[in-house]
Amino acid sequence: MAKVLMKGNEALGEGAVIAGCRYFFGYPITPQSEVAEYLARRLPQVEGVFLQAESELAAINMVYGGAAAGARVMTGSSGPGISLKQEGISFIAEAELPCVIANISRGGPGLGGIQPAQSDYFQACKGGGHGDYHLMVLAPSSVQEMMDFALLAFDLADKYRTPVMIMSEGMLGQMMEPVEVREPVTEQYAKPWATNGCAGRKPNIVNTLHLGVEELEERNRHLFRKYAEIQAREKRAETMLTKDAELVVVAFGLLSRVVKKAVIEARKKGIKVGLVRPVTLWPFPDEHIRECLETAKMFLSIEINMGQMIEDVRLAVNGQAPVEFYGRIGVVPSPREVEEAIMAAAEKGGLV
Amino acid sequence: MKKVFVKPVSLTGKQWHYCPGCGHGIIHRLVAECMDELDIREKTIGICPVGCGVLAYEYFNCDMLEAAHGRAPAVGTGLKRVLKDRIIFTYQGDGDLASIGMAEIVHAASRGEKISVFFINNTVYGMTGGQMAPTTLLGQVTTTSPYGRDKDREGYPIRIAEMLAPFEGTAYVSRVAINTPANVARAKKAVKKAFETQMQGLGFSLVEILSTCPTNWGMGPVEAMKWLESNMIPYYPLGDLKVKEG
Ligand SMILES: Cc1ncc(C[n+]2csc(CCOP(=O)(O)OP(=O)(O)O)c2C)c(N)n1
Ligand code: SF4
Ligand SMILES: [Mg+2]
Repeated sequence: MAKVLMKGNEALGEGAVIAGCRYFFGYPITPQSEVAEYLARRLPQVEGVFLQAESELAAINMVYGGAAAGARVMTGSSGPGISLKQEGISFIAEAELPCVIANISRGGPGLGGIQPAQSDYFQACKGGGHGDYHLMVLAPSSVQEMMDFALLAFDLADKYRTPVMIMSEGMLGQMMEPVEVREPVTEQYAKPWATNGCAGRKPNIVNTLHLGVEELEERNRHLFRKYAEIQAREKRAETMLTKDAELVVVAFGLLSRVVKKAVIEARKKGIKVGLVRPVTLWPFPDEHIRECLETAKMFLSIEINMGQMIEDVRLAVNGQAPVEFYGRIGVVPSPREVEEAIMAAAEKGGLV
Repeated sequence: MKKVFVKPVSLTGKQWHYCPGCGHGIIHRLVAECMDELDIREKTIGICPVGCGVLAYEYFNCDMLEAAHGRAPAVGTGLKRVLKDRIIFTYQGDGDLASIGMAEIVHAASRGEKISVFFINNTVYGMTGGQMAPTTLLGQVTTTSPYGRDKDREGYPIRIAEMLAPFEGTAYVSRVAINTPANVARAKKAVKKAFETQMQGLGFSLVEILSTCPTNWGMGPVEAMKWLESNMIPYYPLGDLKVKEG
């Protein structure tokens, strides 16, 4: 099929429509607003509903209602807006309602800034709201993946009855690239648990309150059995030149494309360097990283933050090799800059 | 023998967890009787608040959701936008609706969401132990207004029905009470009218129901009903505030 030039945020919006999503509840925030604006135009064309909520609190709770009704529902936000959604996300995770949350990230803390950032890795991957739970978190690196991951996210959400977050740097949302528009999804998931009226069956209840001690513990165990299944089946990563790599760089999102270039340049200088790019940030692809230990003498986590994913890299490596860090805030470093960081790490590790 | 009083089919029959003399049980029953009489149980989805009504999903015999504190109107919006032909109601206390959930109720009303809201005003946060609510009366002693609510310190009680009735999006707004048999009968009529308003697609409907919390008011059930009559009704006058006809 011919490719179409699209903006990242629009590709994400169109991907949602192709996935069968007909309901978007959101609140404007840069750099996410084009997702909402695109769907405000697009959803009425397919008999869907776009609703601008009064706040992110309301938006995520509209998602709770829409998902409970059995529909494919989506919201989107960034930074402070994602923070406001956390209470609702915790409820949605506990109630096991499928939905997709686009997190077109900006820098923080506080109001921060609208520059590209990966500062909300902890928030996305380590809970974010209250209680023991996880989201599935997908990190696209191209406009094509903005579309493809929207399809993937809705499928995973329904399959595991879980909220799925698509987290991209704001810059990827703004970028234009040619995109192959995908075919509409036909796979349907039965939702016998939906609260859509109890005609012909017993009433369904969507609830997150568990006052009994044993009941609450069992709910948590139930969720974590599901998370274990997700961890066993859904870890995704892209690897490049890792077969003989002595230095393994770990980077995700748009940044990983810059790192690829730098890795190729550093190879030309004789450094045996490779890249692991986590595609799912949760479940974190620790096995892809551990496999590198056959040849890897050291790891380098490169992020657009002060060092967050590095903790997961360290857990994966489990003390078997040093893990270094290079980070910027609000800037996607240039390939040259990353190459220098690679060379500096290689030198420190005695690999030059 | 002719049966003159039966348990509504729209109630599960599970024993209330409510304190003796609490208004919640009466109001649950009124909502359920109306669901029965309108024959809408199988297409109704109810949303519980965070408050003493949090367990209402165990009592209403229809599909039920439990929402985060104050967010029921947003959850109801999400449901109704997907399920346009179903009947959606929220059941919310005064802390839930008039304090933490003020934005959600105001915007659901202004959008004219076709949902019905049953707003239980008992002037306190019942569930958490009787703290001050936005509806606590001037001079009323609660655990967090131990010297009595003072207009200069805690501000004035909010009249939700008066606030929302002028909105273009609201189709039916009424205030009722459950302190006497006559008022209970009026309250039931209002609940039914709220459902009918939604069934006719006229817009947003809200019934503010003055209720009692004997436990946190430190009174017996009968005394509490009297207190409602002599203290609440003068500040929160009863009657229809908005009736949009189809
Ligand atoms: C976000 C959040 N804040 C606070 C609470 C604690 N809390 C539970 S119920 C409640 C007040 C409920 O009062 P009201 O809505 O008046 O209902 P009532 O119990 O009087 O029927 C509060 C503050 C909570 N559960 N969640
Ligand atoms: S605390 Fe008050 S509102 Fe709650 S059940 Fe008891 S009497 Fe009713
Ligand atoms: Mg109350």
